[in-house]
Amino acid sequence: MSEPETTTIDINGFATRVWRKGTGPKLGYLAGLGGLPRWMPFLDRLAESRTVIVPSLPGFPGGDRGHSVLDTHLDWLLAVRATLDAAGLAGADLAGSSVGASLAAEMAAVWPASVRKLALIAPFGLFDAADPPTDPWAQRADAVPGLMCADPAIWTAMRSAPEGANSIAWPIEQTRASEAAARIFWPLGNTRLEKRLPLIAAPTLLLWGAEDRIMPRSYAGRFRAAIAGPTEVQVIAGAGHLAELDRPDAVALAILGWMA
Amino acid sequence: MKLMWFHLMPYTELPADFRDHNPSVWVDIHSSLFDPARAHHMYNDFMDELEYAADCGFDAVCVNEHHSNGYGLMPSPNLIASALARRTTDTAICVMGNSLALYNPPTRVAEEFAMIDVISGGRLIAGFPVGTPMDTCYAYGTNPSQLRSRYLEAHDLVMRAWQEKDTFAFNGRYNQQRYVNIWPRPIQRPHPPIWIPGGGSVETWQWCAEMDYVYCYLSYYGYKAGQALMDGFWAEMARLGKDRNPYRAGFLQFVGVGESRQHAYDLYSEAAEYFYGRCLHVDPRWATPPGYVSEATQVAGIKSQVQQAASAGAIGSTAGTRFGSVAREMDAIVDRGYVIIGSPDEVTEQLREVARNLNVGHLMLLLQFGNMGKDVCRANTKLFAEKVMPNLKDMFGEWEDRWWPQPMGRAQRAEVPAFLPKLAAE
Repeated sequence: MSEPETTTIDINGFATRVWRKGTGPKLGYLAGLGGLPRWMPFLDRLAESRTVIVPSLPGFPGGDRGHSVLDTHLDWLLAVRATLDAAGLAGADLAGSSVGASLAAEMAAVWPASVRKLALIAPFGLFDAADPPTDPWAQRADAVPGLMCADPAIWTAMRSAPEGANSIAWPIEQTRASEAAARIFWPLGNTRLEKRLPLIAAPTLLLWGAEDRIMPRSYAGRFRAAIAGPTEVQVIAGAGHLAELDRPDAVALAILGWMA
Repeated sequence: MKLMWFHLMPYTELPADFRDHNPSVWVDIHSSLFDPARAHHMYNDFMDELEYAADCGFDAVCVNEHHSNGYGLMPSPNLIASALARRTTDTAICVMGNSLALYNPPTRVAEEFAMIDVISGGRLIAGFPVGTPMDTCYAYGTNPSQLRSRYLEAHDLVMRAWQEKDTFAFNGRYNQQRYVNIWPRPIQRPHPPIWIPGGGSVETWQWCAEMDYVYCYLSYYGYKAGQALMDGFWAEMARLGKDRNPYRAGFLQFVGVGESRQHAYDLYSEAAEYFYGRCLHVDPRWATPPGYVSEATQVAGIKSQVQQAASAGAIGSTAGTRFGSVAREMDAIVDRGYVIIGSPDEVTEQLREVARNLNVGHLMLLLQFGNMGKDVCRANTKLFAEKVMPNLKDMFGEWEDRWWPQPMGRAQRAEVPAFLPKLAAE
């Protein structure tokens, strides 16, 4: 696993990290709950055949305190749109996970020309009182890893401070990622995305970890029924909510196949 | 020194095995535990107790706001305060307070507080808490990432609504109102005294200093755990060039007065263990909504020795994280200083030491706590008023309390008909 190239773009005055690796047609990725404190194997798999571009979302690791100036849903959508444009992803294929998948879906809905093909891993954005998602912000700390990943150790390792990391800045960056997600999705995860799903014309792959303990799999059906473009649902065995952390090879293979 | 009588209004009939079968007293406490007919008597007992405390000569009666909470039956403290305004005469009414970010529009707080101030003839102390995670983010669904900025904006709006003479437009980040013009306007000019209950946030201390507000540390863990925190507060005041006027601060303390220490121990053990055992049983999953604690305070929490010292005494970074290490048996409850017990002389001595060490001029006393019955509560209140209070009143006489209500003159105030103070009736 080698390091990606890192560049910085300006979003609303906040320095925002963009990772880039590989060659071939561009493929963007928007991370889920917790963001990306570090590079991960899933992105290496994608980079084997594509130019993978990974911009940080506002407030997520690499996104500084960009969330703090976003008060409305429109503020968020405009910030993410500006981020994709500045990262060179306009018109490219786009994958997203969890909260990032919700924003990827918004991009394809509101600006159809900005996304070619779409892959959504257990996206946020809907809420059904009869089958509610788990509340990720009302958990005992020791329960969180097991809710995020089928293998809790993978989540814990993702967020453990690397040698030489700033002992104050590192934990605060992890908390900030949780705050940024809460800022847009509190309290139910319901951004009324349902109203905009019919605007999505892009071919859309819906991926779900078979052991997702945050977002019930029934939501795959809700997305599938509402999205206008062609859709397909694939369930990833042995994977939790952040399926790409648990099963990098299987998730990358599914996405690369869909985008081909 | 001001002695203030505080009521939390706890539901007094949680089952003995509450902790074994319920995850939390707060947020998702089950409705089957609430008996409205029993609560009818609780509310009326509690209001009797507050009125009795006023009759006994306490400087203020205090109420506060909680939501979905088995130990705090006041989602609207203003309702209780308005009743107290009619059933007390000279006592200050301390609403501690209204969580500003929860009111939409926040001018509701300006209006209701003005009503209480006008009805009471200018006896209101206006408390503005941010509110706990349980109350604000979970029970009320407020976004934790916006809570503090909403709070601060609502504060600005309320203060302007009280003070500006002409109708104005408020063009805020979260609140837009084209015509702000509240009726009634408060008696106290330019506004009622503002008190801020808070945890250990350095930013709150700085803000209180800048705005010249009273800072109150309303902990359930007593003077020992509060020492490091109040030391931090006074160190910050010194750094900012503020004097050590003890009336800049308020502090909450549970107290049980008996004929002797053993008598008090026997008398108050059940109520204390009820409170610390059942009422402070809060699920830690309600502790840390992301963004509730500002990044500056998180940094301070990681770095600061003040915070580390405080954490040694069952204090966490938010109200919610403290509950895990609470002492629940009477011996430890007393040892740790959560509840001060003893004969009147012993309590007097301890409270003089507490007030001196913490340098606190506004002592808020919880003389009813847990499932304490009305008779015991009255006895505690009366004993305190007669045998303890007179020996504390002289403290801090050299300082001026610039943060106390300035009511209308007695002769100018309305007579409240058909109301007999209870002591006079006995």
